[in-house]
Amino acid sequence: MIALLLRDLKLALRAGGGFGLGLAFFLIVTVMVPFSVGPQSELLSRIAPGVLWLGALLACLLSLDRLLALDWEDGSLDLLATAPLPLESIVTIKALAHWITTGLPLVLAAPVLGVLLNLPAPGFLWLVISLLLGTPALSVIGTFGAALTVGLKRGGLLMSLLVMPLYVPTLIFGSEVARRGAEDMAVQTPLLLLAGISAASIALLPFASAAVLRVNLR
Amino acid sequence: MPDLGKYADTVLSAYGASLLLLAALVVLTIWRGRKVRREMETLETRMKRNG
Amino acid sequence: MSIWEYANPKKFLTTSEKVMPALWVSSAVLISAGLIWGFFFTPDDYRQGSTVKIIFLHVPSALMAINAWFMMLVASLVWVIRRHHVSALAARAAAPIGVVMTVIALITGAFWGQPMWGTWWAWDPRLTSFLVLFLFYLGYIALWEAIDNPDTAADLTSILCLVGSVFAVLSRYAVNFWNQGLHQGASLSLDEKENVHDAFSSPLYVCMAGFALLFLALVLYRTGTEIRARRIKALMARERLEA
Repeated sequence: MIALLLRDLKLALRAGGGFGLGLAFFLIVTVMVPFSVGPQSELLSRIAPGVLWLGALLACLLSLDRLLALDWEDGSLDLLATAPLPLESIVTIKALAHWITTGLPLVLAAPVLGVLLNLPAPGFLWLVISLLLGTPALSVIGTFGAALTVGLKRGGLLMSLLVMPLYVPTLIFGSEVARRGAEDMAVQTPLLLLAGISAASIALLPFASAAVLRVNLR
Repeated sequence: MPDLGKYADTVLSAYGASLLLLAALVVLTIWRGRKVRREMETLETRMKRNG
Repeated sequence: MSIWEYANPKKFLTTSEKVMPALWVSSAVLISAGLIWGFFFTPDDYRQGSTVKIIFLHVPSALMAINAWFMMLVASLVWVIRRHHVSALAARAAAPIGVVMTVIALITGAFWGQPMWGTWWAWDPRLTSFLVLFLFYLGYIALWEAIDNPDTAADLTSILCLVGSVFAVLSRYAVNFWNQGLHQGASLSLDEKENVHDAFSSPLYVCMAGFALLFLALVLYRTGTEIRARRIKALMARERLEA
């Protein structure tokens, strides 16, 4: 399992692996926001938590199509499926690798971009915590979407259509935590709900992803 | 016609739009159903003829 | 005699053909009776004026929009567990009906909201969760359309339907929570059920029964169409093989 994780990480970090693209996308979305809504700092600081969450979500979404598609194309997915490792743990590892290469950098970059958007001071801590709790769910749900569309030629757009509605609860609770944190309100309830969604997704969705992948590999 | 008062436009357009949508759904369903059934029957007779 | 007999496509077709005329007629009678009763013979509400008549379309379509998804969920489960093709095809047949019902519910709601709330659209929990349901329907249909192999498509869509159901329910509660966080319930939380008077409820029940029967008739008809389309595919494949 660890070998597989290391392999995925190495492939992602290698030139052409697409590492950093998600991060760059996150940056560019955040930079575009003031251009579209205007530079007033009090407006920006009010929408900053939501914008940062949405940006992180989109960056996550866009990096999903590489998650399984590359392994599918060169046939290593078939090899992995016949390996002694159960498919459930393979998809979990894949999701973990996706999170380490995409989710974690997003979490670390978010405070810097928060400065650009004039995020109020108490918001930084809660933004990072909410992203830290929420991005694993985004990765796991995204893996399910990637597994659903892995065999399709133009699966990218379809995958966005399938994954976005599944992201709704995570986005709501995550940005709610960040927003309440920025406005110095109590964050406990949405925080717990967000953590609950993440934990449940991580625990249950790999089974669905593996089932879907088995169908696609048939 | 009942007197709909000042909301006549609202009520009538809601009814109009909904009935239009329902009718479109039924018509499309039946149109596709007929087409598929015809196709299947021609195909079946052709297969029978050719054995 | 058990319900699983209808898993046989031929049996399903012959039986549904027998039931369908009755369903079409009774749904048409009930819907027109309910709507005519509701439109011409109910009083105006003292607050909503004549816009209250929209309820006779709004509530039944919203009801069927949710029930269509529920039916797809059950059919998907039957396909996953017992692998009856008719069941998978019935789920596929129901989805576009659910879309239309969702759209009707949203449109009638918008028409009603415009004079009553002063806006076509508000991010009220109910409205929002219906919009999310609409997105789920779109994704489900798009996935069916995208996959060529019918068995693969049936498997993938049914798993999507199962996972989607869980997330749809989650979204419903999330959205509830989210809106409370934004504004105080206020006038938007007006519960339609609470202030329905008897004068409105009887035609409403007639309309609901009519919509339910119409849904049933449409599902049976469309499932038949899907079965025939599948047979065409199989026949053409065999023809190519022999040629």
